[in-house]
Amino acid sequence: MLSRFPRNRTLILLAVSATALAACAPKPPKQLPPEPGPTVAAAPAPAPVPSGPTPGSQADFLASIGGRDTIHFAFDKYNVDDLSVEILKTQAAWLLKYPAKKATIEGHADERGTREYNIALGERRATAAKNYLVSLGVDASRLTTISYGKERPVDPASTEEAWAKNRRAVTVTID
Amino acid sequence: MTWKFDRLTSPLAAAMLLLAPLLAPVPAGAQDLPPAPAAAPPAPAPAAGDQGLSVTVSDDSAWQSLGIDIPAFATPADVPTAASAGSTAQLGRAIAEVITADLKNNGLFKPVGPGQLPGVPMEQVQAPDFAAWSARGAEMLVHGAVSAGADGQLQVGCYLYDVALKQQRVGDIWNFVAADWRRAAHKCADAIYARLSGESPFFDSRIAYIAETGPKEHRMKRLAIMDSDGANHRFITSGQAMALTPRFSPDYKKIVYLSYLNGAPRIYVYDVAQNTQRLVVSTTNPVIAPRWSPDGKWILYSMSIAGNTNIYRVPAEGGRSQQLTDTPGINVGGSFSPDGGKVVFESDRSGSQQIYVMNADGTDQHRISFFGGKSATPEWSPRGDQIAFTHIGGNLRIAVTSPGGQGLRYLTDSWQDEAPTWAPNGRIIQFFRTEKGAGHTSIWQVDLTGRNERRLPTPVDASDPSWGPVRP
Repeated sequence: MLSRFPRNRTLILLAVSATALAACAPKPPKQLPPEPGPTVAAAPAPAPVPSGPTPGSQADFLASIGGRDTIHFAFDKYNVDDLSVEILKTQAAWLLKYPAKKATIEGHADERGTREYNIALGERRATAAKNYLVSLGVDASRLTTISYGKERPVDPASTEEAWAKNRRAVTVTID
Repeated sequence: MTWKFDRLTSPLAAAMLLLAPLLAPVPAGAQDLPPAPAAAPPAPAPAAGDQGLSVTVSDDSAWQSLGIDIPAFATPADVPTAASAGSTAQLGRAIAEVITADLKNNGLFKPVGPGQLPGVPMEQVQAPDFAAWSARGAEMLVHGAVSAGADGQLQVGCYLYDVALKQQRVGDIWNFVAADWRRAAHKCADAIYARLSGESPFFDSRIAYIAETGPKEHRMKRLAIMDSDGANHRFITSGQAMALTPRFSPDYKKIVYLSYLNGAPRIYVYDVAQNTQRLVVSTTNPVIAPRWSPDGKWILYSMSIAGNTNIYRVPAEGGRSQQLTDTPGINVGGSFSPDGGKVVFESDRSGSQQIYVMNADGTDQHRISFFGGKSATPEWSPRGDQIAFTHIGGNLRIAVTSPGGQGLRYLTDSWQDEAPTWAPNGRIIQFFRTEKGAGHTSIWQVDLTGRNERRLPTPVDASDPSWGPVRP
């Protein structure tokens, strides 16, 4: 077995993916402070609890953009539509506010296509999202892309609804 | 390949007469037609056209009823061996069972295995009791013997007889280390298959594939290898990093595959004996879809830069990459012609996935698929006469066409069949099938007629199968 390879990277990826998945699911609005200003409450050291995200964190990113970390695409397409433009604008605003933060954009495809093409298509979608963020002023060197093709559906069903959800690009900031 | 059954008697000749069009369903206009079988009468002209081939079989049962009796192999002395199957007598039975399964699973023969047949005394192995076997209705008869050498080696003899003619058709002896006893069975099945069908052998070969477990949203995908019949299965990667699209090197020593090790898709060459691997292309860009050249000296790969994916080649031992395609959009995959001179690949430069052919240096790129829908994952037959691919028109189906793109012929009809690869003899195609909804994946094999389709047993869900060559 290939035990000589580090395990921690995989764990990080899993954690990131899990966050992305959680963010994609429809959720009730959270009672989060509208503005992540300075608070007097003693910040608990361990993992973020629903007492308010740390400014500049992935949790703060999600809160600031209203959970809209994902844009969607038409079947076999990679163009950024009007709704996606609005979402990317809010993401860009946060990224411009925290210029030290980096982000990864994960591209995905639905299951109706061949495996390798879908990896290339997911990369195209992630790149389209990245390019739009760059056009809004985010430094390209802060953004990386990765494609999972059709290998990581957010909705496992084989329906038009599920496929529409799975054709996506998800922005994940790196804490 | 020459046809070897010209002197055979009528039942077999009749069976083969019907086999002939099935085994060589090549469009009339194809350039790489194999030489016409000398003894075969004019086949019911398989007409080629834009609608594809129609293969006509007048009598289904006749060609499938070529009965082959395979009793347990004899042994001069029943002694213990180091083989997992046990003593030489137990091995004799196990080998006959493996041969039976091999021959049964390709749909051409009706083998009867050792469980339904009397044993054979050692002295009859090379002098069969033809009268007795004829009385049982056997057309073809396999005998064999297993003996253990002092050095721990096994010696396996394999003989095929035509019962009506009372003639020997195959007579081979192999030596194997005990752990490789199944290879002796596959070699014997290969010899029988080759002698009776006129085709090249393929049973003594191995398969690399991706083993899948876990929920659809987070499937674990591991590199695994096994023999062509599913035996000697071995997981290679642990599953911590997603592995995809493996390909055995032509000498079986290495596997090139895609891994998300360190979080990003890159291609690695894994050394099977050393249990080590190395990165093929060091880059910050995604690299996918690795393929060997037939001589193992080159690796094709696809790399995305700024959202566009193009095909490159790099010397397998390392060196400078050469870019072969340069168009906006997605150029991906690729498969060398058997002589290494050309590459068939997939590109969406026209607006949708289609199949193109180019010279191995990237020159003369031209589209060959004009079938409607999309055409993806082309793989050149090791015989050169066909290209297998995934046709997408709603469902994903396995199809074949000629290297010139004349005619499309579907081999499967399911919700999602993709990623065909060829058996070493260019007569069987492997692919993987995905179940709608649940997403379960499984490996299937289908012959070129499309009528003999079977699922390959794997311990868990399985995808991306790829066959290596017949072992020496």
